[in-house]
This record gives sequence, structure tokens and C-alpha cells, in this order.
Amino acid sequence: MDFFMQLLVGGLSTGFVYGLSAMGFVMIFKSSSVLNFAHGELIAIGAYFFLIFVTWAKLPLVLAFLFTLFACFLLGILIERIFLRPLIGENLIFVIMLTVGLAAMFRGLILLFWGGNLYTYPDFLPKALGVDRGIVHIPPVYMATLIIGIFFLIVFGIFFKFFSQGIYMRSVADNQRAALSLGVNVRRVFALSWAIAALVAGMSGVVLGVINGINVHNLSAIGLKVFPVVILGGLDSIIGAIIGGLIIGVLETFTGGYLSTSLRDVVPYIILVIILLVKPYGLFGLTEIERV
Amino acid sequence: MADHPFEFSPLAFLLLRVAFMEEKLLQLNNISVVYSDVIQVLKGVSLSVEKKQIVSLLGSNGAGKTTTLKAISGLLKPENGAVTEGAILYKGKAMQNRSPEEITRNGIIQVLEGRQPFKYLTIEENLRVGTATRMGKPYREDLEKVYHYFPALRRMTKKLAGYCSGGELQMLVIGRGLMAHPELLLLDEPSLGLAPILVREIFGIIKRINEEEGTTIILVEQNARMALKIATYAYVMENGKIVMEGSADAMRENPDVKEFYLGMSLSGGAKSYENVKSYKRRKRWL
Repeated sequence: MDFFMQLLVGGLSTGFVYGLSAMGFVMIFKSSSVLNFAHGELIAIGAYFFLIFVTWAKLPLVLAFLFTLFACFLLGILIERIFLRPLIGENLIFVIMLTVGLAAMFRGLILLFWGGNLYTYPDFLPKALGVDRGIVHIPPVYMATLIIGIFFLIVFGIFFKFFSQGIYMRSVADNQRAALSLGVNVRRVFALSWAIAALVAGMSGVVLGVINGINVHNLSAIGLKVFPVVILGGLDSIIGAIIGGLIIGVLETFTGGYLSTSLRDVVPYIILVIILLVKPYGLFGLTEIERV
Repeated sequence: MADHPFEFSPLAFLLLRVAFMEEKLLQLNNISVVYSDVIQVLKGVSLSVEKKQIVSLLGSNGAGKTTTLKAISGLLKPENGAVTEGAILYKGKAMQNRSPEEITRNGIIQVLEGRQPFKYLTIEENLRVGTATRMGKPYREDLEKVYHYFPALRRMTKKLAGYCSGGELQMLVIGRGLMAHPELLLLDEPSLGLAPILVREIFGIIKRINEEEGTTIILVEQNARMALKIATYAYVMENGKIVMEGSADAMRENPDVKEFYLGMSLSGGAKSYENVKSYKRRKRWL
């Protein structure tokens, strides 16, 4: 029972981080139907931004975190401006291939500046944040993740449901032509969705950096794990991304604990295949509303 | 050239222009539209719309009615089309090939053919998208206005548009257009696929919007009978050209329109193709 609880809590914690990483991915897909293959690299860049601000610029923690978020936000806007705007109206496959190119470029840039070394942040999270009650043991990092994650979930929920700009973003995702006919600024919507996605990715990058250390290859590999998570949760559902993340996380730790550690990393992709076979829209994805 | 008979001073020219433009809200001067650089759809279309008029654009499928609307609203661009010749003047300002954002901000809103709701947004959210031109500034009053014209929508503000019926959706998309405070509303076949009683209701509301809000309307229709009932002026298009125009009353009485659009044959009985003259005209028309 002890072991089970330990695995469950561990799984939920990592799962929540996966969910957080997947949120940004869903954001881009929701507004522009683009599969962002550079998502892992955005996560990595966020982690390195924080590294710059915390260890090199020696900024206070909160400030460094806010600066990181801001830098990621700007990066998202820049990516849209420079690389994606010229492709508006082109076939979607070009845009998706472009993100593959972006991924290679970002990874190369990071390797150029930092190499493949493993960096770590100084230990900054207060121990009090962690939960240690009997068999339930949650390290401070995961508690911090949980708090940040839930905070952003609520913020985005409110933004997309009640704020005009959020509603415009959903309208573009829904029917781009109709949105254009009403004067919705589609370019701004795309820029904003990339900015928000980069921000969320950067945030999860920081969290992952705290947990696993900062290394390009490890961090960008998460970008691949985003796929089983979002396929399971539904490509266009933010809450689905979180729940998909939790399920994948738990399944991973359970396989690692009860079956074999080497199977651990395979399980998400087995699920990916099964979900695609039986429920291609995922658990929370919008099924196409068909009416004649 | 002192012997030139018409020498206007620039001021006189300006005055004349202002006087001339005052009534005309929109003018299409001989415009041509080409898709993908090769497919010419409009071949010199000219029309003018006066303030607070309902102008109807009639014609069979593929005549270029929708393309004309898209040329006005700027929605050609995303479809790889462009106005290659001629000018579109809106309040005297050249509007051809501007971006849809700019055109909508100037008060021209197109309600697309086939309803095109945001399926995964609720009715109220759909209506809120109509505020995009003024970045979501206060919209409560506008919502009330829309519900005033379309009381049926008030009862289902939280319903997803994807689950609404065709009639509800047609009301929704016209209402969505109204949210943007249009001066010129372009309606593309609002009667498409609706029951006759609904068509009558919606056309009645269109007429009321025109009268109460003072909104100028261009109405593209296949249902010529209904369109001519509420319109003040009408154009008939065929093969990317305007082939006939006149006041709605005159059009209703026109024998060609009567026969080919209102379904009344001249002889009163079944259409006879023995009448070669009529047949030739028909061939030209359809």
C-alpha cells in the first residue's frame, strides 16, 4: 500500500508537469490547427532563460521567474512574426514542417551557447512547500508545480470564457472565414496564441529544470511526450491536456514500479496508438458537430 | 487648352464630387475580379448603392454575386482572389483590395452564405465576436438590440451554436453582423435552405433593421420574389456581368425577370420552347 501510494503521488506529480507542458501545445493547435514540433525546444528555452536570470544575472527568484515568462512571451510573438506570418494562407503542412525546422534551429542554438552539459538551478524552493505526511510524500517542486499549474489553468479558463480577446481566439479556431468577415484580427490571434504557448512552455521548462536539471536533450524529449498526452486528452482541450498528463504520468510510474523500468518510456506511446484506434478525438476533444 | 469647353477649377470639382458622393454610400466602378491570377469571375461590374437603401443582387448560380460581395468586404484575399481593374468607392474612399479588418472597421460587414456560425461557441459568445471591430468595447446594449430583433435567440444564449437549427443560425449570423454596428450590411442568401415561413420572418426583420437602424443593405438572393419585395433597387447578374438593373417595382414587372426568376411564363401556361425568341433569351440568361 505504501509503495502504491508512493507511486501514485509520484505519478500524479510528474503527470501534472506533462499536462502543463502539453497546455501550450494545445493552445497553438486550438487557434491555428498547427502541430508544433518545436514545443520541446520552447520548453528547453524557458529553462535556459530562467538559468540566465537566476544564476548569471542573479535576480531575485520571483523577478527572474516573471522575466522568464515575459521573455518567452516575446519569443512567441517573434516566432509568429518572423517565421509564421509569411505562411498565413499557405497549406498547413508547410507550417508544420516549419516548426520541425524551428526545433532543429533552437536545439542547435542552445547547444551552441551551452553545450550538452547538465546544469542545475540553485536550490531555492522553501522546504515548507513540500508535503510529508506519513506515506504521502510530495517534494516542494511538485507542490509548486501544482500551484502554478492550477493558477494558470484558472487564468486561461477565465480568459477564454469571458474575455473578448479569448473569445476571438476561439472564434478563429472555430471558423476562420467567419472570424475574418467580422473583422477579427487573425494575425493578432495567432501571435497571441504563440506567445501564450511559449509562455506556458517556458514555465513548464523551469519546473522540469528544477526536477531533472537542465539539459537540451532531456528537455526537448518532453516535447515528444506531449503527443501521447494531448492525443489522450483531446488535441483541442486544455483540461484534457492536464488530465491526459496525469493519466500518462501515473501509468508511467506504475509500469516503472510494478513491471519494469525499461518499459516506462514505451507505455505512453502504446497508449497513443490505442487511443488513436478507439477514440481518435481523445477523452475531451471536440467531436465534429455534424449537421446537414 | 483655353478653348476646352469644360474647365473646372479644383474647388468646383471638389464641390461637385462632394455633392455627387453625398447620396452614394458605395460605388463599384467597372471592377474585374480574378482568382488565382487566371480565373476571371467578374468582368466589369458597376453598381451603386445609396444610403439606407436595400439593393438586391439577383442571378443564377455562378453569376458572380457572392464574388461581388467578397470584393466589397475584402474576403477575396484569403481565397486568392483580387480586384484587378476598376475601383470600389465607399464614402468616396477607394476600398478595393484592402484587408477585411480595415474594411470591417469602416462599417462594412458581410454575413456569409451558408450561415457559418462558430459551432463550439454559445449563441452569446457568437454574438460577442461581432464586437471585434471595436475590440470588445461595451456590448450589452448591442446584445439587447439583437435580442430585440430576434427574440428567439434570447431564450438560448448558453446553447452551442452547433446544435441550433438553420433558422436560429440565420438569425444568429445576421445578429452577429449587427453587433458590429454596420453601416453597410452585405447579406449573402439569407433564405438558403429555410422554410418559406422562416424566410418571410427573416426578410421582415431585415426590412425592419433597414428602417429602424438606417442600415444600408445589399441583399444577394436566389429567392427573387422575396428579395424584390423588400428591396428598393435591384441588379441582375449573369456570367460576371450586370445585365439588367432597375427599381424593384420595375423589376417585378419586367417580363424577363418574371419568366426566369419569378417562375411565371408569359403565356400563363407551361413554358413553351417553341417561342424561339424567349428560348434565346433564356439561353442567354441561365
